[in-house]
Amino acid sequence: MNHALIEVNDLTCTVAGHRLFDRLGLTVASGDVLGLWGPNGSGKSTLLRCLAGLFEADGGVIKHAASLLYMGHRPGLNELLSPLENLRWCAGLQEKDVSPEMLLSAIHSVGLDSYKDAPCRTLSAGQMRRAALARLCISESRLWLLDEPMTSLDDDAVALVRDLIAKHRTEGGGCICATHVNLELPQTRALELGA
Amino acid sequence: MGAIKDAFHRMGSPRFFYHGSYLWVRGLYIGGSLGLIVGSFWGLVLAPPDKYQGDSFRIMYMHVPSAHLAEMVYFACAVAGFVYVVWRMKMADVFITAAAPVGAILTMLALASGILWGMPTWGTGWVWDMRTTSVLVLLFLFFGLMALRQAIPRPGRAAYSVAILALVGVINIPIIKYSVDWFATLHQPASITFVDEPAIETSMLWPLLFNAIGFYIFVAGVILAAMRVEVLKRERTTEWVRGITRGESA
Amino acid sequence: MGNFGVQFRRDLLVAIRARTETANPIAFFVLALSLFVFAVGTDSETLPRVAPGVVWVVALFAAMLSTENLFHRDHDDGSLELMLLDRRPLFLGVLGKLLAHWCVSGLPVAILSPLAAVFISAPVEIITILVGTLLLGTPVLTLIGGIGAALTAGLGRGGLLLAILVMPLYIPVLIFGSGACYRVLDEVSATGPVLWLIALLAGSITLAPFAIGAALRGSQEY
Repeated sequence: MNHALIEVNDLTCTVAGHRLFDRLGLTVASGDVLGLWGPNGSGKSTLLRCLAGLFEADGGVIKHAASLLYMGHRPGLNELLSPLENLRWCAGLQEKDVSPEMLLSAIHSVGLDSYKDAPCRTLSAGQMRRAALARLCISESRLWLLDEPMTSLDDDAVALVRDLIAKHRTEGGGCICATHVNLELPQTRALELGA
Repeated sequence: MGAIKDAFHRMGSPRFFYHGSYLWVRGLYIGGSLGLIVGSFWGLVLAPPDKYQGDSFRIMYMHVPSAHLAEMVYFACAVAGFVYVVWRMKMADVFITAAAPVGAILTMLALASGILWGMPTWGTGWVWDMRTTSVLVLLFLFFGLMALRQAIPRPGRAAYSVAILALVGVINIPIIKYSVDWFATLHQPASITFVDEPAIETSMLWPLLFNAIGFYIFVAGVILAAMRVEVLKRERTTEWVRGITRGESA
Repeated sequence: MGNFGVQFRRDLLVAIRARTETANPIAFFVLALSLFVFAVGTDSETLPRVAPGVVWVVALFAAMLSTENLFHRDHDDGSLELMLLDRRPLFLGVLGKLLAHWCVSGLPVAILSPLAAVFISAPVEIITILVGTLLLGTPVLTLIGGIGAALTAGLGRGGLLLAILVMPLYIPVLIFGSGACYRVLDEVSATGPVLWLIALLAGSITLAPFAIGAALRGSQEY
């Protein structure tokens, strides 16, 4: 079970006159967790967006064999809808059907049971992050691209993220995670940007 | 076939374009000026006054070429937009950046000369028929291209959207023209026919041709020159441009 | 493939909950019509004569105002990224979104138009054709406006840019929509312009979502 989920070759990107990365190459296979490190502005978010297909790099080849999940800085939640309604929409964007029970159990896993029907605008930043994390629970994507997933989270939620990533990798998924904080997961590789 | 592909790829290089276009710009300016001088002299001085319009018809020598050329420039922008969307050739975007303001100026020239022509000839400065209205709409289309590029904070990321806008606009031009034509026939009283073009005699036709061709060649030179400036602007951090600004080569 | 229904339901829900934002263009429609009455006066023959055109122009302005709301929310909160992920095909999702938007912008305007027509003393004969052309034309306005909204997503709201971009594209819809009403008024067949509206609708339903998808990808990177 060790085939590559994503293979990047010669990726080059210049944004606003700064060369963020030049001829970058990386491979992530199932079971891999790759941490992206680097100071602010080093291009971590841009790299993840390039991999997610949201940003066109100047050159290079990205080949991926798996569907993607992307969690960026913005929560991806509509503030007028409840966490449950947002999750239902996310589930609808995927290929496979997601049953209502799975949606409810995902909301339960992130600890938002009592808030599941409240409009997201009434939630705190940390709760919004948790609501966004619910996507990880129902995701069928093999490759996860996470941009600083631990931001705004309390210790319980941080542990939750770790558990989710660990579970995902045992199921054969892979993860690329931009982070400032030590992921504290066994056998993670690291890629340093802006060096 | 290989040679054509090579030429295509080399044209995409800003540096090659810059150096290669120097002589072209000179040539186009000279050729265009010649055409314009001959055409203008012939049209303004030598050609006899028109039977009905007297001397005011002479503004046709500026009006007709500028209107037609404005439309050609827009089509060229649309083609460049297509090239950018499909092949991501940066020079195509440089073309649109340089040509859109030129097109807008040509359109304004056409509109102004049209108004100046209309006043003495038919007593009214503006007429809502197909040609005048579609030139007005063309002006809005050019403004749209320029405004969108200006509004996007990261200049490098504007190219794709401007290209899409150019393509959407070009698809709409025939629709707009037909609808305005329909509108004009709907709302005009049948007794008045505007812009009834008289049969052009040869004495008028030749200076018009000279002027038209001279105009086109001159404007092509202007667009190339504008593209050269744009290339310098975009590549200003590279070595070869630094060399130019230091005065090392032409 | 369930994308269309999922997107439609979600955006309809959001539009209904964003009460003020959704109702604004419709309120504008009513208010602007009254302004016309005050400007032109009720005692002459002018008001009935210009009424069909006025209703159409005000409907067009209302469409333009509501188009600003199409993508701004999703752009700001990151939902648009989820839709654009992985270069997945956007056609059905975009159509679902646009249909939901039309249901709360163009459709109410078309439904209100008989009232509007009576309000500004339009001749009674044109009411049917007015509703018909608005029902055909407002979806086209939403589709074309969607292209402009996608190109300017995230560029800051309010302002001339969207208007400059879509106005030339709106003109044919206005000409045929209003022209059909005037044909009926002049007791001539209105089939021509109506057929044109149907053609514009068919053309924009098939082509606009592609342009919108491409424009949304481009505007992500501004």
